[in-house]
Amino acid sequence: MVKTFGEFLLFLQSMLTRKERFKVLFQRTLDEAVLIGVDSVFIVAIVSAFIGAVTCVQIAYNLTNPLIPKSTIGYMVREMTILELAPTITSIVLAGKVGSSIAGGLGTMRITEQVSALEVMGINSASYLVLPRIVASMLMFPLLVILAMALSILGGYLAGTLSGAMSAQEYIEGIRTDFIPYNIVFALIKAVVFAFLVSAISAYKGFFTQGGALEVGAASTGAVTNSIIAILLADFVLANVLL
Amino acid sequence: MIEIHNVQKAFDGNPVLRGITCTFETGKCNLLLGGSGTGKSVLLQCIVGLMKPDIGSITFDGTVFTNNKVGVRQEIRRKIGMLFQGSALFDSMTVFENTEFPLKMLTPEMTKEERRDRVEFCLKRVGLENAGNKMPSEISGGMKKRVGIARAIAPNCTYLFCDEPNSGLDPLTSIKIDELIHEITHEYNITTVIITHDMNSVVEIGEHIIFLHKGLKLWDGNKDEILNAQVPELKEFIFSNSLVRAAKRVDDEGGLEAILAETQPQG
Repeated sequence: MVKTFGEFLLFLQSMLTRKERFKVLFQRTLDEAVLIGVDSVFIVAIVSAFIGAVTCVQIAYNLTNPLIPKSTIGYMVREMTILELAPTITSIVLAGKVGSSIAGGLGTMRITEQVSALEVMGINSASYLVLPRIVASMLMFPLLVILAMALSILGGYLAGTLSGAMSAQEYIEGIRTDFIPYNIVFALIKAVVFAFLVSAISAYKGFFTQGGALEVGAASTGAVTNSIIAILLADFVLANVLL
Repeated sequence: MIEIHNVQKAFDGNPVLRGITCTFETGKCNLLLGGSGTGKSVLLQCIVGLMKPDIGSITFDGTVFTNNKVGVRQEIRRKIGMLFQGSALFDSMTVFENTEFPLKMLTPEMTKEERRDRVEFCLKRVGLENAGNKMPSEISGGMKKRVGIARAIAPNCTYLFCDEPNSGLDPLTSIKIDELIHEITHEYNITTVIITHDMNSVVEIGEHIIFLHKGLKLWDGNKDEILNAQVPELKEFIFSNSLVRAAKRVDDEGGLEAILAETQPQG
């Protein structure tokens, strides 16, 4: 465990020493941003809209006390979405999609000697292959989380109003009550930390794959599992430290 | 010229290279010959810097590579071209982009037009001038090897390393790849090192052959000397090939006619 963590730190260090030219890394980061960010919009949109909708319906179902105003439903959807559901669930979804893609891609490159080909050319393969993926993830995760927040609250609005649980006015009043802007900052900090964890862990798992196709599959699975555990641990730590 | 001096390498206490000392000459196809598990690939990986030898030194044209400063090693590496066993082409790039890649990365001073001209020249040199837009998944194994060679020579490499360039190819394509490597070696006067256990390659392009067995260098010479080498392990290796056995017999017994006459039914 300690040895693996040490190797992980050395791996991160190797990425930052002997970096490739800025122009090359910038172009690579843009390419990765498209793969990580744009290609994930659909799944993030679907998941977050439905989570918002389901959250709204379930809160409405539990909130039976006539003394509690209906606008509380909107307030709770907003708080749950911003503080937890949007950053954490989105990152867990992305750990599955992006993490497995990073680990699988790098693992395949390793076993087909493409990583060795880069090294023989005198290119720092960790810097060329991994650094852009991590930077692109750290740029794109917060954007996807913002999208998830918006769509989740929208999903709650549609579910709440269409099911007749509350009026549109009550929901909007709820989501505007006692709004704390810092919560958005907190969610975005979480998104950046989760992005780093998912991309770095997945890259580490993929980069050091040895063997064949079976090991690439195992690396992808390991990347997703470890990333999700790391997200949940980091979520707890950040909540304690930043709130 | 590449000089290897007393290179040793062990994995978990098991010695794989046991003090290899040899020289790879410039302008020649240097073959590293030996059976599976004799340490050929490990030696090659030590030479190109993918592995670090436990003991020993590797020198490229007088510049020590092993344990030298990162900058010096980097400079040497940029003169190295390598053809991998599985070609190691980048899946996400076309044939043209694969060939252009080392130029883009290693020679930022080149303009786009200069790069394009160089890539077109290299692809034409390996006979793939019309395959530039194809993806690696759309071309045959032989073509992949050719792209690998084009990518290796694109940045004007001084040292060319080929890890079993004939593996997975039919005999005719193998000969063509061997000929191409041989031509390129002489055309650009580069130091070429080829890992092989293919006797056809030995006969075709073996200008300097080093035979490895159990991590030791047992013999070196050229293709004209190898059939008469008096090393039992080498003889066993060579004559395990039925074609070589037959050729040797033809040679020893005064030609094919004599053998046929001897095997004719009497009366």
